[in-house]
Amino acid sequence: MLEGAGGMPQLFHRGANTIARASIYGGLGIIGLFFWVIYAVNDSPYFDFVGVPRPQPVQFSHKHHVQDDGIDCRYCHTTVETQAFAGMPPTHTCMTCHSVLFADSPALAPVRQSYADNTPLAWTRVYDLPDYVYFNHSIHVNKGVACITCHGRVDEMPLMWRQKTLRMNWCLSCHRSPELFVTPREHVFDMTWVRDGDQRDMGARLVKEYDIKRLTDCYTCHR
Amino acid sequence: MPPMKDNRQEFWRALEPVEETAEFGGIDRREFARLIGASLAASGLAGCVRQPPEHILPYVDQPEGMVQDKPLYFATAVPLPGYAAGLLVKSVMGRPIKIEGNPRHPATLGRSDAFSQASLLGLYDPARRGAVLYRNRIDSWPSFLAAFTNALATQAVKRGAGLHILTETVISPALGDQLRQVLERFPEARWHQWEPVNRDNIRAGSLLAFGSYVHTIYDFSKAARILSLGSDFLLCGAYPSRYARDFASRRGGRVPPDQVNRLYAVETEYSSTGACADHRLPLRDREMENFARAVAQRVGVPGIAAPELSDPKQRKWAEVVAKDLLQHRGASIVIPGREQAPAVHALAHAMNHQLGAAGTTVIHTDPVEITPVDQLASLRELTDSLRAGRVDLLVILGGNPVYTAPADLGFADALARAQISVHLGQYADETATACTWHVPQTHYLEEWSDALAFDGTASIIQPLIDPLYGGKTAHEVAAAMLGMLDRPSREIVRDYWRRRSAAADFERFWREALYLGVVSGTALPPRTVAPVNLAERLPPPRPPAEEGYEVIFRPDPTVWDGRFASNGYLQELPKPVSKLTWDNAVLVSPATASRLGVYSYGTVDVELGGRTVRGTIWVQPGHADDSITLTLGYKQAANGSEGGSYNAYQLRTSKDLWSASGLRITKTGGDFMLACTQTHGALTERYPVRVGTVEDFRTNPDFAHQEPFEHAPPPGHTLYPPWKYEGYKWGMAVDLNACVGCNACVMACNTENNIAIVGREQVYKYREMHWLRVDRYYHGDAGNPRAFFQPLMCVHCELAPCEPVCPVAATLHTEEGLNAMVYNRCVGTRYCSNNCPYKVRRFNFLLYTDWHADSLALMRNPEVTPRSRGVMEKCTFCIQRIERAKIEAKLENRRVRDGEVVTACQQACPTDAIVFGDLNDPSARVNRLKSSRLNYSLLGELNTRPRLTHLAKLVNFNRELGEEPIRLKPEERGA
Repeated sequence: MLEGAGGMPQLFHRGANTIARASIYGGLGIIGLFFWVIYAVNDSPYFDFVGVPRPQPVQFSHKHHVQDDGIDCRYCHTTVETQAFAGMPPTHTCMTCHSVLFADSPALAPVRQSYADNTPLAWTRVYDLPDYVYFNHSIHVNKGVACITCHGRVDEMPLMWRQKTLRMNWCLSCHRSPELFVTPREHVFDMTWVRDGDQRDMGARLVKEYDIKRLTDCYTCHR
Repeated sequence: MPPMKDNRQEFWRALEPVEETAEFGGIDRREFARLIGASLAASGLAGCVRQPPEHILPYVDQPEGMVQDKPLYFATAVPLPGYAAGLLVKSVMGRPIKIEGNPRHPATLGRSDAFSQASLLGLYDPARRGAVLYRNRIDSWPSFLAAFTNALATQAVKRGAGLHILTETVISPALGDQLRQVLERFPEARWHQWEPVNRDNIRAGSLLAFGSYVHTIYDFSKAARILSLGSDFLLCGAYPSRYARDFASRRGGRVPPDQVNRLYAVETEYSSTGACADHRLPLRDREMENFARAVAQRVGVPGIAAPELSDPKQRKWAEVVAKDLLQHRGASIVIPGREQAPAVHALAHAMNHQLGAAGTTVIHTDPVEITPVDQLASLRELTDSLRAGRVDLLVILGGNPVYTAPADLGFADALARAQISVHLGQYADETATACTWHVPQTHYLEEWSDALAFDGTASIIQPLIDPLYGGKTAHEVAAAMLGMLDRPSREIVRDYWRRRSAAADFERFWREALYLGVVSGTALPPRTVAPVNLAERLPPPRPPAEEGYEVIFRPDPTVWDGRFASNGYLQELPKPVSKLTWDNAVLVSPATASRLGVYSYGTVDVELGGRTVRGTIWVQPGHADDSITLTLGYKQAANGSEGGSYNAYQLRTSKDLWSASGLRITKTGGDFMLACTQTHGALTERYPVRVGTVEDFRTNPDFAHQEPFEHAPPPGHTLYPPWKYEGYKWGMAVDLNACVGCNACVMACNTENNIAIVGREQVYKYREMHWLRVDRYYHGDAGNPRAFFQPLMCVHCELAPCEPVCPVAATLHTEEGLNAMVYNRCVGTRYCSNNCPYKVRRFNFLLYTDWHADSLALMRNPEVTPRSRGVMEKCTFCIQRIERAKIEAKLENRRVRDGEVVTACQQACPTDAIVFGDLNDPSARVNRLKSSRLNYSLLGELNTRPRLTHLAKLVNFNRELGEEPIRLKPEERGA
């Protein structure tokens, strides 16, 4: 029911407008902050482990073995060119050298222990894809995806950490545009190779030469 | 409720029309909203999981030839009930995960069967976890050995006079040799054999016909006319997958019309052989012998007295079948069922010899079994000795005789009188409980042994894995009896073959035998035997008509004699014809059911000779009238105390092992909801199977594409721009002529794709998870309908109705034309399943996959994701095999060749009914099949363009029988 000509009496104080504005924008801001925090946490190394060295039974240094000793990746990861799994060296492989070199080093005690007791070393997976992803090393290596493209400069890593997020959008960035990442086959295992010239030109040429398809069907990786 | 069939359908699945069920029973709208809200919140939270650390454990010393995650195949053999089947077992990182047939083995030729496939679960079965038991308390192997040695020392003094050994049928030469040595060491010891599904009648029939026991092998690849006298040789025979393969190689559409074989099946129950027959005659078991006599007389077997058949239909059959057999002299087979009376076996032998089949389609050899005996007599002798207190030490090597012995022998009571009884068995079953000692037995994938195939070919059984539950082999127990404690089976088996082979280079011989999976040159040579004058030796014919109901006992097509009862895969496998799961039922014909006033799902008391069991009725169309089929193997103490099943052994007596009369059935008034899948996934298609006769096909090769099957060609147009399938274009063809309904494909799919077992209640709710099902359709009168099998899985429509309705794009098309299912996207709306006209999608209503049993986790195929709750799944055309083949081909810079991608179902199929390949490869086998004029698209008029098509079935119809030909009415349109 209408009041008199004076209209409705003012129920709220003028200052209430400010409170209302503040709460509307503040509320939106808080919602936004909430999502940003979720995004930030989700994107942080806490979840994707990027750059986080993982505890290992032996303080194995890729830097030392690859850079200082010049050992090829395939000396230990033997099946990287033929199988889905790159292969982890049996303790025997370590002992081929370390029965002589640093044979008494306390750092290598777990290795000697493993060899003596015939119990495997339990390495923590650094590159751990979800179980519903079926990744195959051999086909990537053979199509010109270099080790460093995904694993980074392993030869500069004293301890192993994850270089890339391993999120699906990261996988798809290459599966959608392989020409941006492909490397000549002869340099796949080369840690220090730097291309000269434009990646796009070389990539386009290699994609054609290696018959690389844009594989974005779900079944390519998920089964 | 009187049984009736849904008359609107010419191809019908069940006697009762499908009931419409309200799915959301008991939940109102508010409750639903609450639940959906809660699930939404829960699913949001479920996404927030930090990846737990995982470990890599490399070898210390990597074995030679071992490549991590590359599957290795080992040749071995499975001792199936009957004879062995050669296998190649796939092993990944030391775990056997898949079973395939060994192409070099005569029984499998690279294919397999449901039992071998499912035996994988038998290996990992958590129920097998057991210890050495002494009087049902946990004990140890060393203390068993001490007690055993002690008891044997006492026996050595008595020359073994109190020692008895009970085995199943022994088909292991090494074990046979050990037992021979045991009998040498203990000359007065006795060796008994008992298996509930034995070959006593085959043996007795052979003795009757030839005066000696010869083994008979049938070559169906050379047979033009086949008469089965109660034999389910395609499914429950001695070596079914080989027989099915040979049989199917001469079916309609696969050979020129004049070479197509014709199968006449005369049987009591409806078997899968009956379903594959061109003509089928339901006959009471007690009439079988007279029918056999009538055919034998007409075929010209001398001196056979045949009482005149009173039934005109039977008379006609005898005449026409005899005439047809005579017209195909030397290319015919008369095959009697294992369960038939010895006289039927003898008559069949006489007919085969009379028809000149001996030496061509019917081959005799020496017996394959190491020491063939009359097993019933053998068990009776043991029981008598036990009862007389003459048994000091009884050693039972395998089997569950307390459960399987005929009810009148009183074996269980007698067993208690043995001073010491030792049971070696895989499960702590009735016999284990009743014996003094129980020793857990190894699974065949854990042991060294050997076994003989149906033709005598020997295979070495090599282990794929160390015993998971610490079992011992029969060889080890037998060695202990010879005073060789803890002698490994490998040495025992090698020793035997070293002596037997006499090879100069034994190591080479041994390695070759292991590599090939067969020991070359061990097949038994054919033997010529002449039939004796049968007329003199045959017992007088049975009086024609005994009144009253008869009962027949048959091994169950999924759990056999009960040995597979612990196997969930087999329990959940629909039985080929009845499509029942998880239970056995009392099978009766529709006419008998209405006379008895019983109906499907109603529970009854079955009384025979003063013994009663309670079971559930299943009205089986086509079953012989006045006859009731009971199947063996259910209701064991360890598993199956619940449910509607019964223990048929409680009614089975030594007098009537396979059939008896004087049965009484009383209704109890109760019901039990048997889980039967026959109505599951019913299609809205009037003619799901397209059928014609060989004659039709000759005169009108296009019959499968005309009325009434196809009244409108597929529209062929679509709103979407046409997609050109470059690269690969996967497709499949399924030949209905070759399918024998054996379920090998279903089981192969289960183990390859980690398919979950859901249990009786869930199957009852239409929730079984099998990606591949074999639909069985009846056609014709319920008294004796024809039955047709149709394997069906996701047909991978090019225009798939499931795809546009998915709100989250969890199901979509790949560039190669596969209909992909992405589990991680699926939110469980089930719209896709609703929109699927083929009803091949399966939804995880509950968490069916067992995440907790460690041993089952070992069994899973690592290349296929196990699915969780709330996710839709379906056939992927074995995408893991496709991708593997594609990657291997790409590494060699070539295309995938035809035959490199073999789906699990295709690999298992004994008859090559399933063919998969690249439709873009003109020379691919699948294209040859698809170019056949029998090729048709199921529900093609919906414009789904299925990549899986079927080949229409051809029946080799014999007009002379005067049966109604297969004529399908054109569809009444409008109105």
